[in-house]
Formats: sequence, structure tokens, C-alpha cells
Amino acid sequence: MELIGIIITGIGVLFLVLGNFGILRLPDVYNRIQAGTKCTTFGTFFTIIGIGIIRPEWFWKCLLIAVFVLATNPISSHAIARASKKCGVPLCDRSVVDQSAEFEKEE
Amino acid sequence: MNEMIFIVFTGLVVGGILLSLIRMLIGPTASDRAVAVDTITTTTVALLVLLAFIFKRYVYIDVSLVYALLAFVGLCAIARYMERGF
Repeated sequence: MELIGIIITGIGVLFLVLGNFGILRLPDVYNRIQAGTKCTTFGTFFTIIGIGIIRPEWFWKCLLIAVFVLATNPISSHAIARASKKCGVPLCDRSVVDQSAEFEKEE
Repeated sequence: MNEMIFIVFTGLVVGGILLSLIRMLIGPTASDRAVAVDTITTTTVALLVLLAFIFKRYVYIDVSLVYALLAFVGLCAIARYMERGF
């Protein structure tokens, strides 16, 4: 049981480090939002659930934190993406398609 | 042995937070800095749970829950400020 918890926590920590590395390396605000949200939500969920599996008396509160992060992290990232699109942060020059431009033209 | 593994995990997470901190310092626009702060707060929630396991303090899990709540409210406030500006 403890070995399973250590393996799950290790997967979570790996995804957290990769998400933070993506924040440093990717070229654009929207790419950084994608790396930062997906990797850190997955990593935080698995780290906290792994700790909860190792300590079974902490499991329910760990599950509460994990579900809370899983619910609120996409909302805050969506709010930041929408705000940066509204105040005109440009895409990087290697971007291929921008579908939000024609959507704004239809409005 | 198990404590050694979790200390190594904590060191890796702190290294990741330092990478995001570099982006927060050099980020060209305000949105970059807001995204870096979002990532740092979500990583800190996991870091607090790891520290609760290492130091065997149950209270740190409550601290982590309150920190997640306040980070969500603060980031929504930052996004609303960048969108409308009041």
C-alpha cells in the first residue's frame, strides 16, 4: 500500500516539475496557460491522492483538497486567458491558426 | 528510507517553483506574470501537503485548503482587473 502511494506521488511530482518547466520554456501566453493548467492540475491531484493513500486517516480531507483544485484551477486559468485576449496580448509568430479573430468579426 | 524519498520529492517541487519564479521576474506582459503566479500557487498546495507528511503535522492540510481557496479568489480578482480595469 505504501509503495503504491509512493509511486503515485512520484508521478504527480514529475508532472508538477514538467508543468513549471513548460511555464519557463514555451513561447506564448496561451501556450503557457495550457502547460501550467493541465500539468499542475494533474500533478497536484496525484500528489495529494498519493499522500492520502499512504496515510489512510488523512484520505478524506486530501480528497476534498484534490477535488477543489480540480474544480477551481480551470476556472481561474480560463478567466486569465479571456482577460489576456480581451486586452490584446498577441500570439507568437509561429502560430498557425487563430479562430477567435473570425469569431470576433461575426459579432 | 521513505523520508529520504519524500525529501527528494520536496526538493524537486521547490526547484519547479524556482523555474516559474524566473518566468514571473522576466515575463514580458502582465498576463505572463499572472499565469506564473497561478502555477506557483497550485504547486504550493501540493508542496504544503508534502510538508504535512514529512513533518507529521495534520494542521498543514487545513492550511493547504485555505491557501487553495484564497488563491482562487485572488486570481479571479486579478483576471477581472486585467479585463475591465477598475
